[in-house]
Amino acid sequence: MGRIVLNQVSKSFGSTEVIPPLDLAIEDGEFAVFVGPSGCGKSTLLRLIAGLEDVSGGVVQIDGKDMTDVPPAKRGLAMVFQSYALYPHMTVRKNIAFPLRMAKMPKAEVNKRVNDAAEILNLTDYIDRRPGQLSGGQRQRVAIGRAIVREPSAFLFDEPLSNLDAALRGGMRLEISEMHKRLDTTMIYVTHDQVEAMTMADKIVVLQAGVIEQVGSPLELYRAPCNVFVAGFIGSPRMNLLTGAEAQKHNATTIGIRPEHLSISNESGTWEGTVGVSEHLGSDSFFHVQCAAFENPLTVRADGGLELSYGSKVFLSPDMAHMHYFDANGLRIE
Amino acid sequence: MATQQSRSAARLMMAPAVVLLMGWMLVPLIMTLFFSFKKYVPLRGDTIGNGLDWVGLQNYERFISSSSFWPSVQTTLIIVISVLLITIFLGVLLALLLDQPMWGQGVIRILVISPFFVMPTVSALVWKNMFMDPVNGILAHLWKFFGAEPIQWLSHESLPSIIMIVSWQWLPFATLILLTAIQSLDREQLEAAEMDGAQRLKRFWHIVLPHLSRAITIVILIQTIFLLSIFAEIFVTTGGAFGTKTLTYLIFQRVFDSQNIGLGSAGGVYAIILANIVAIFLMRIVGKNLDK
Amino acid sequence: MARAVTTKQKAINTAFALGVALLIFFPILWTILTSFKTEAQAINDPPIFFFFDWTLENYYAVQERSDYMKFLWNSIFIAGGSTLLGIIIAVPAAWSMAFVPSKRTKDILLWMLSTKMLPAVGVLYPIYLLFIELGLLDSRGGLAFVLMLINLPIMVWMLYTYFKEIPVDILEAARMDGASLRDEILYVLTPMAIPGIASTILLNIILAWNEAFWTLNLTAAKAAPLTQFIASYSSPEGLFFAKLSAASVMAIAPILVLGWFSQKQLVRGLTFGAVK
Repeated sequence: MGRIVLNQVSKSFGSTEVIPPLDLAIEDGEFAVFVGPSGCGKSTLLRLIAGLEDVSGGVVQIDGKDMTDVPPAKRGLAMVFQSYALYPHMTVRKNIAFPLRMAKMPKAEVNKRVNDAAEILNLTDYIDRRPGQLSGGQRQRVAIGRAIVREPSAFLFDEPLSNLDAALRGGMRLEISEMHKRLDTTMIYVTHDQVEAMTMADKIVVLQAGVIEQVGSPLELYRAPCNVFVAGFIGSPRMNLLTGAEAQKHNATTIGIRPEHLSISNESGTWEGTVGVSEHLGSDSFFHVQCAAFENPLTVRADGGLELSYGSKVFLSPDMAHMHYFDANGLRIE
Repeated sequence: MATQQSRSAARLMMAPAVVLLMGWMLVPLIMTLFFSFKKYVPLRGDTIGNGLDWVGLQNYERFISSSSFWPSVQTTLIIVISVLLITIFLGVLLALLLDQPMWGQGVIRILVISPFFVMPTVSALVWKNMFMDPVNGILAHLWKFFGAEPIQWLSHESLPSIIMIVSWQWLPFATLILLTAIQSLDREQLEAAEMDGAQRLKRFWHIVLPHLSRAITIVILIQTIFLLSIFAEIFVTTGGAFGTKTLTYLIFQRVFDSQNIGLGSAGGVYAIILANIVAIFLMRIVGKNLDK
Repeated sequence: MARAVTTKQKAINTAFALGVALLIFFPILWTILTSFKTEAQAINDPPIFFFFDWTLENYYAVQERSDYMKFLWNSIFIAGGSTLLGIIIAVPAAWSMAFVPSKRTKDILLWMLSTKMLPAVGVLYPIYLLFIELGLLDSRGGLAFVLMLINLPIMVWMLYTYFKEIPVDILEAARMDGASLRDEILYVLTPMAIPGIASTILLNIILAWNEAFWTLNLTAAKAAPLTQFIASYSSPEGLFFAKLSAASVMAIAPILVLGWFSQKQLVRGLTFGAVK
């Protein structure tokens, strides 16, 4: 169980309002990701749900109960911190057992749960070490272990992978997704990395300056971003957002076309341009093409086998079915 | 973290410390200020009970115009500045030396730091008798060994002697702080400088010394505060004779030896002002550090 | 960094540093050596370094003559008492400033520091007078209280810088894990803060032990600690080098040992956390 509902929740620090009143519902068993640039209020929102910050207004409901004034410990939530926040003076076993000890659970039950968690997370060999003797990935696992033994109604993750190196991050991403499928518990995950958001989420919540820009499944956001900000934020590499005369032709202020929806040709096409830097990933190649019609170069995705030399002339053609149009306020035009 | 409840709890927990220090600062300060405007010589029958005569700024004028005032300020400044120069110069050298790779660094550090833990009365007495005694002191033996006439340290060379004792006490402090600062220097910076072709001396001058500047400033300020009020070293060795009367010692004598409380209090106010000038600079530096 | 240092270079460094270190340590070493000599050997010309008749007679003489144990006990009471009292007051204050900072926290900290800079001599007479009025003159309790006040800013500062290093995340994690405020302090905060508290205690014992202004001016026969005990040897009748040395060793030995243990923390404490 873990349906979380925010009703007109707002937060101010002194006279600065970091989160204007907002509504949000996260369904039981859902994997929700809060994503946005740094300083957008996503972590603050998570801490409001956790109870680590007092809300300035509004109501936080968990499973239909008003939890607004309930201290964090009594909300039945578990949190994994960006810094892992492991207790440095306790062994892995004691770290994982700590929440159970606080709940006054019988010793035998504590041991069983800790051993189970350690096994699932491959920590059995390190169980008597201290956090200082573990690698980053292992610490991360201990932090997760400490969260799962409590069998909380929801997990909160605050940028848990940002301190890991790229290779480990990919692995942990899978493990957390796997864990979500197995436990079938609500998870709220905060990140600034849209790749994490796209790959893990059932529901993405895009935030900017404390305001929810759009809520939806990864593919909804990819297919129909509701404004310029979401369009530019979701998708990698970024969508090409174009203004000027070309946009006017379509009665829009801004038009957007993703790199994968542009085709490249040596002979003919809609826009003529010059090839700049090429990035070859093997499976794909990305070309940065400067077109006369636009101020900034466009990014184009092409087959991994294609090679173009710096400075050569090419033509680009957008796939009109995947063109996005935005008005003067940056809002999507259907 | 910062919920309403925790904030009021925090205030309550801070209260004893704040109240006590407030009292410790204000009560004596106000009394000193009060006495400094009064004629208060208990030996001539002045008592608080009978009421003290208001004399305005007379005490201040008398204290400053007395023949011992300016010499005492001069003595204070000579001691403070000399000790600062000696401890910082030798401290930097020692810190550089101790930073070199060597065996038994721990033991050597302990030897160097030890004088700081010796109580001031002990170090003053040991130096006075066992080192500076003109007949039996080690230094006298050393002078004789080289065929020189032993020096009458505490009577003929009184100020240098005091400076020597105090420097010995404070050198470890300067060394330890400078060593800590040197060890926090990013080694890559030095390596980068080396790649850029800077020689050893240049590296010290352009990289190490600027890095140490903050630590040196802190050493200067903290030592100044303590040095302005050195007392036991003079109390035990010369008792303020032979031109070693510092401002602190002069005030002490006015209050306890000649029992002129009003005059001593006026001197105390001067000392407070002097210390505050130094304090303002120290607070600036520490305050900046807090913002990090 | 990873550059090889030749053994020869290392040997030269060591020899040189050891020489300088011994020179600095020499007055203490000489005092210790002299304390084991007879009075005649102590003033022998030329000085004898090691080959004298080691004797403990000076230590017995000092205890007999000036009742060392009484002064020692006073020193322990005054240094220990002021530190204990200080820690009881400083820990909550530093805790709240580190974990519930407000806009005024920085000002309060700096103000506390500023009280430390009040020159003692400036307030000597008022304190002296108050002590007479309150019957505290020449009492161990009164002196312990004054020394506590003198060192309170340093204690608060030191503890503050240590507490500040405990990540807030960890306390929040404990709260998420269901720890009450009591559990949080007992199981998480205290174990993590103990090294800091221990070094604060150590440094303050040292500072209180060696304090030589208030201890000299506010005590007489009854409550006099070791600073007074030594000062009494400055009179001419005390001019026996060996006995003076024995008395000195007895006054500094306990604190020298404590000092060696706390030398790293000393830097932090005495620079108010500005140098670590």
